Amino acid sequence: MTTAIPYTVEVRPDTGLNNVKLGIWLFLASEVMLFGALFASYILLRVGAPPGTWPQGTEYLSVPLATLNTAVLISSSVTMVMAWASCIRRDFGKYRLYMGATVGFGFVFLIIKYIEYTSKFEHGWFPETNTFLAIYFTMTGLHALHVIGGMAVNAYFWLPGAKMWKTAPEQFTNRVETAGLFWHFVDLVWIFLFPVLYLL
Amino acid sequence: MTAESARVPHEEVARHERAPGHGDHGLGGHDIDVDKHVKTYIVVFVSLLVLTLVTVGISYLDLSTGPAVALALLVATVKGSLVACYFMHLISERKLIYAVLTLTVLFFFFCLLGPWLTEGNQVGSHQNVPGPTGHEAATH
Repeated sequence: MTTAIPYTVEVRPDTGLNNVKLGIWLFLASEVMLFGALFASYILLRVGAPPGTWPQGTEYLSVPLATLNTAVLISSSVTMVMAWASCIRRDFGKYRLYMGATVGFGFVFLIIKYIEYTSKFEHGWFPETNTFLAIYFTMTGLHALHVIGGMAVNAYFWLPGAKMWKTAPEQFTNRVETAGLFWHFVDLVWIFLFPVLYLL
Repeated sequence: MTAESARVPHEEVARHERAPGHGDHGLGGHDIDVDKHVKTYIVVFVSLLVLTLVTVGISYLDLSTGPAVALALLVATVKGSLVACYFMHLISERKLIYAVLTLTVLFFFFCLLGPWLTEGNQVGSHQNVPGPTGHEAATH
């Protein structure tokens, strides 16, 4: 039985990859440009601020909460790659466990973000308050949207999408790997966002 | 009928030919490969947590801006490389992906440095605009 879309499992002779893998890396390349543009804006805004006027992150932001969030995302990346490894090992039970944990960690990240944001608003700190907060909310907000998107995909593969395990396990494994690549990218962006916004 | 047996990414590259009888039981050689990978994942996980604490620790060192930025970005780059190389399997990936990423990194640096190097000397020159912490900028 062949899949309707070719090269979702088999390797293409010209690229040496299946289409899905090349596709996701190309997409991630475009995401690098998206976040790159925002990092570039941050640099320009910070460098251009009159001396002494750019606040330290700690004036507005909670380092302990963000450190916890960093640990949460790193853990979610580990559980994501373990979910894929479980597929390779043909252990569907473990896959379900690890993918569930990944979605769970994603939820924890969003809850902590919610706590952070509401605490800002309670202090009367909004994106329009000053430039630092504007770039902070923009970058972490866009990142959070990516977390939500990634979680939607992961939740799909955790529950309804896992049906494919019975009919096409290799294709399903590839799908899990692809979702994992996006999820690791989201973690990677946060690894740079955290020191840049909170610590410098 | 499954076309390929359980495999790790770099094996996908060279192994078009499927050994007859090499079914996808997920047992034997491929399992051992995955076991090695899993050990790597745990090591990387612990390293990432440690480096996160290092990142926070550096911020308490009271360095001047230049060294602080350089050190923070260095640690972040190491962490990012660990995620990319091991979780995203980049270390065993095809040349084509490296080519895509090299191009991306090049454009990323244009993106970062372009505005700074061309417009950087104009930045901050319009002093009649309130600074970043000024509340006068609010329109309501």
